[in-house]
Amino acid sequence: MASVSPISVSDNYDVVVVGSGAAGGQAAYTLAMEGARVLMIEAGRKYDPVSETPMFQTNDTAPLRGAGTPDKYFGFHDATVGGGWIVPGEPYTNASDEEGRQFTWWRARMLGGRTNHWGRIALRNGPYDFKPCSRDGLGFDWPISYEDVAPYYDKVEMLIGVFGSNNGLENTPDSPDGVLLPPPRARIGELLARQRGRGLGIPVIPIHRAVLTRMLDHRAIPPRLHPGNAKAQRILSEDMQGRAACFWATPCGRGCSIRANYQSTTVHLPPALATGNLDILANAMAREVYLDTKGRAAGVTYIDKTTGQEHRASARAVVLAAGACETVRLLLNSKSGRFPNGLANSSGLVGRYIMDTVGAEWGGHVPLLESLPPHNEDGAGGGHVYVPWWLYREQKRGRLGFARGYHVEFGTGKMMPGAEGPYLPDAGGTTSFGSRLKEDARRYYGSYVSFTGRGEMIPNRDSFCEIDPTVVDKWGIPVLRFHWKWSEHEIKQAAHMQRTFADWIEAMGGTNTKAPDPDGRRAIHAGGAIIHEVGGTIMGNSPSNSVTNPWSQAWDVANLFVADGGVFASNADKNPTLTIMALAWRTADRVLDEMRRGNI
Amino acid sequence: MNTPDPMRIDRRVAIKWMLTASAGAVFASRPAFGVPAAEAPAGAPAKPPDGYGLDPDLLRAYKPGDLWPLTFSAAQRRQVAALCDVVIPADSRSPSASAVGVTDFIDEFVSAPYPDNVRDGKKILEGLAWLDAESARRYGAVFAEAAGPQRASLCEDISRDDPGRPGLKPAADFFRLFRNLVAGGFYTTPEGMRDIGYEGNVPLARFDGPPPGLVERLGLTDEVKW
Repeated sequence: MASVSPISVSDNYDVVVVGSGAAGGQAAYTLAMEGARVLMIEAGRKYDPVSETPMFQTNDTAPLRGAGTPDKYFGFHDATVGGGWIVPGEPYTNASDEEGRQFTWWRARMLGGRTNHWGRIALRNGPYDFKPCSRDGLGFDWPISYEDVAPYYDKVEMLIGVFGSNNGLENTPDSPDGVLLPPPRARIGELLARQRGRGLGIPVIPIHRAVLTRMLDHRAIPPRLHPGNAKAQRILSEDMQGRAACFWATPCGRGCSIRANYQSTTVHLPPALATGNLDILANAMAREVYLDTKGRAAGVTYIDKTTGQEHRASARAVVLAAGACETVRLLLNSKSGRFPNGLANSSGLVGRYIMDTVGAEWGGHVPLLESLPPHNEDGAGGGHVYVPWWLYREQKRGRLGFARGYHVEFGTGKMMPGAEGPYLPDAGGTTSFGSRLKEDARRYYGSYVSFTGRGEMIPNRDSFCEIDPTVVDKWGIPVLRFHWKWSEHEIKQAAHMQRTFADWIEAMGGTNTKAPDPDGRRAIHAGGAIIHEVGGTIMGNSPSNSVTNPWSQAWDVANLFVADGGVFASNADKNPTLTIMALAWRTADRVLDEMRRGNI
Repeated sequence: MNTPDPMRIDRRVAIKWMLTASAGAVFASRPAFGVPAAEAPAGAPAKPPDGYGLDPDLLRAYKPGDLWPLTFSAAQRRQVAALCDVVIPADSRSPSASAVGVTDFIDEFVSAPYPDNVRDGKKILEGLAWLDAESARRYGAVFAEAAGPQRASLCEDISRDDPGRPGLKPAADFFRLFRNLVAGGFYTTPEGMRDIGYEGNVPLARFDGPPPGLVERLGLTDEVKW
């Protein structure tokens, strides 16, 4: 790995990329493969999934049986290292202590960022999702359309490998033939949910996840991704042959040492490094973007976390891919005489319109799934099926009482037992024990079905972040202060999720242990909790209503780009990662174009 | 003769239990969940306590006691092992909980530095103290020395919330917590996973979905365009 230290950082980079996750990984990949010299700055440590991923480790060999702790919130074997809800020495604040007005911020401080542990759910935004305001008058339209992004979705899906199927459903785009990998067979609980969902009008189809159900076509794909670029084709072809197909074991959240799923560290960075065009500087906390005398971005000031020393890295262009909120922080902390309110902020919109995903869950016990013959249901890790939003017509007729939709993810099957223990219904309020416990554990294992709703949040004036006037982190860098408020749309949507899921459990012949709460305020997760935060540097068609232009290029600074989810003008129910990567590729193309044309 | 209520909890234990419950409430809002230090509930730690940290070795196989000292006395170990085996006894398919190291896991859990462990660990220690006192009062022997049927009978009495005996609730809460820990500890072991039929965590050349016949048996179909 071409990892560099502050001493060996060159002064001859075309682009400095801040961040190494989905956005930074994709931007650096595209730039390096197309010949640009790139320096990537990452706040966390170097991380190598091939040698560090706990494959096949069982929970009885982990502390506390693998249970989540404040140190490892998603469980001991989760891939995240060096980060979490709390990062020591790196606080953030909330402006309000009122219930429901808190934002909670997950930060992975490691090479590859959150891509190392993410759920690998890779859904495309649909045509409606880029023009939501035109449909219902709320929020904003993007300045680009599905057609602008579709070619990049195709490319990203071919590069990272996504399984799924084309079902032709409304606002749920198909991929071109041959782009998706075949989806895995559904599990038994998923088939039951599909059958019983039909009566409720709920369509269950294969989910799209970034997991290789077979090896990528290393001959056909590279020429399609890098036409006319023999070196890039050769490097990618060789790299694709080093990625094994899924062997249907070990949860994806641990990362994958055989590189069968996508993470930046196994898919984007190895070929980018193989070009010789990428240097990676880890343990470097970006502080601000500094300018040249003409007001263009000249590079990035960063703290070497190993020494506490401040350094500069210069380049012809700067790409921010630090994650939506961290990118906001960098811009607002980049104050100068020319930009007294922070860089790229002449609109005053940097930090505005932070969005997360609406999240609520529900589950129940389904007797039909009791005492089934033991069989291996690990599969590709997460759910094999999902439900795209399906109530467009009802919503248009005003029958739902809220705008925008959600999709549904599944939890079924006889998964590896964890510290929480097997599902035990404890009939009659009795805590089962002894031989009855053993019989119950056998009978009920795999009979609990859970549904996870993930829905769209509409950007609002009350959800934003700014620089806290007094609090700084351990390097003296001012921190973010969050403001948060869900609107009635999100709150009602969360209640609708639980009501729908409870009905579905009953349609499966199952039982709900309690009635769903009609007040969505109690169902919805806190802002930030779903870890889908986007916005803060939204794109638009005018410098007065947005921070970047339709190419994710700052209106105020021509050689400054935002590659992460900050540019999202809406946050569709679709998990943002695939769209982040598609836009990052598109942004990198713009950087290359602008450099070729001599504009930057 | 006026026999005392066998389920009456020793008053001192009950008071301690109440104090524990109120102390636990400080941590109930889970300060780790992204709440900045400045806004964490009063009394909560500003940062996670010393556990294994944010970057532990994930490849290593750990045993209870490797990361923080275990704290059970010999008598507590005997008691916990006895209670583990009332909760999960041996049968023809799998061994008892204590035989596969669940006693060590409970000790690890109670001794861990994290707020949830501190809170639940106190409840468990209080519950264990009550259980020994109650066993001694009823049978003239601490729990580990009581006869099998006596242990089972005592557990039976605290395996449900009895609305007629509200004073019993802390004991019932303790038993549920302890039972859940034992089940989590047991079914994560190879023996426990085998017992309930977890067949995963092995590499496969292909994933075939449900076994032959099962889809039809449940009246389902798998012919959708996948």
